[in-house]
Amino acid sequence: MFVPCEGGGPDLQGFTLLMPAVSVGNVGQLAIDLVISTLRMTKIGYFYTDCLVPMVGNNPYATSNENSVELSINAEVYSLPSKKLVVLQIRSPFIKNKYRPFCQALLSWVESSKCARVILLSSSHAYQRDDEQLLGTPLRYLLTPALEKAVGGHMQELKWKEMEKIAAYPGINDAEKVLHIPGGGITKLLFTESCSKGIQMAVLLKFCSEGDNIPDAFALVNYLNEWLQLIKSKGSHSTDISPEQEIPDTASQWKIPSSWRLLFGNGLPPALF
Amino acid sequence: AVKLWNEWCRTSNTTNVLPTDSFCLFYRLISDPTVLLCQCSCYVAEDQQFQWLEKVFGHIRKEGLQVTILSTCPVADYKTQESTLTLPSPFLKALKTKEFKEQVCCPLLEQPNIVRDLPAAVLSYCQVWQIPAVLYQCYTDVIKLDTVTIEAFKPLLSSETLKNLVKDVSESTKSLKKLLTTNENHNNIYI
Repeated sequence: MFVPCEGGGPDLQGFTLLMPAVSVGNVGQLAIDLVISTLRMTKIGYFYTDCLVPMVGNNPYATSNENSVELSINAEVYSLPSKKLVVLQIRSPFIKNKYRPFCQALLSWVESSKCARVILLSSSHAYQRDDEQLLGTPLRYLLTPALEKAVGGHMQELKWKEMEKIAAYPGINDAEKVLHIPGGGITKLLFTESCSKGIQMAVLLKFCSEGDNIPDAFALVNYLNEWLQLIKSKGSHSTDISPEQEIPDTASQWKIPSSWRLLFGNGLPPALF
Repeated sequence: AVKLWNEWCRTSNTTNVLPTDSFCLFYRLISDPTVLLCQCSCYVAEDQQFQWLEKVFGHIRKEGLQVTILSTCPVADYKTQESTLTLPSPFLKALKTKEFKEQVCCPLLEQPNIVRDLPAAVLSYCQVWQIPAVLYQCYTDVIKLDTVTIEAFKPLLSSETLKNLVKDVSESTKSLKKLLTTNENHNNIYI
């Protein structure tokens, strides 16, 4: 359930909810870290749930000693009212058998807070691609029927590739196609639930493998930026943004948060050499 | 006592608690009944931490509540620029909720370090429901509990919370201390 940091809670009507799936390489979560860190979003509340493994730590987006002492938990909500953007960040794995309860809790919050649409950042195992998918872009999108009406045309303009369905019974019957997102965590469940509830949801995912997923996170967040224009990409020019709304320029200026330090472990003991 | 059954806890239904049993025991201080102590000598599995919290905190009044959590973990888990081999251990690090306004007795846990398991569950609960709470995590290189590791917690005795216990000052703060220790049953190799 959503618990605001203070007061009665913000008005999220008409906002876009951006969230990650806990998926291969944690790419969605890394991408969300970049969004929150770059846009300097403010924390507005917690998503308190028994579906995720508990964890705590100090502010992962700390930029100075003053703001480094705020406690963060495993699922928190940030917002940027100027862009009508609300972001949910998930920082720990799901507990067994808790996918469905989480999806239900999340979607009922989306409905009750009257968010306009949900964008889910996710990833899928690169090794499961077929011959055709091995060529070309590793980025894919999906839209629920409700959102297809609104932005389907825009996706065509951006020349984005829709996630292909695969045969339900490969080799036996190629006629029946199903959606298959291996390594995607709750992606498929959340997407199908949103379809049946008529919620406007988009899934943006990248084919990748476990390893150093920072480049994958950058690729995914730039993909998102093509659509949402959260930061100015190279070459674009806007004269009607006031100084207060000034946001970082160029697609390469996503700010890496301080919590990404030491992703691959501590320093080595000098005695090793 | 709050009794939980999970695959980690092999103790059967009994009222005679032996020191070797895996249980969470609650004590109340006679000289100051507003002080509760919880000693947790079993591992609470991740899918039961939420229920543990709801059960325990469901029976405590939240007004004036203050929580102190003591825990240990291996120093090898500590993320730092240098190697942990050269770090003088054991050492104490703290994490506190927004509502906790007192001085902490040691440095705060720096990014990118995190805390897991029951201490994290308790601290998360306190942060969300705006209860002042502090976690003191002792990083140690000794697996079994020993006096050196316990000594690391000494600075706490002069903290605001515990000074009250000695002087019997009547404040309306209820304090709940949870002592969590890693023991042989909780073998990190299998996680």
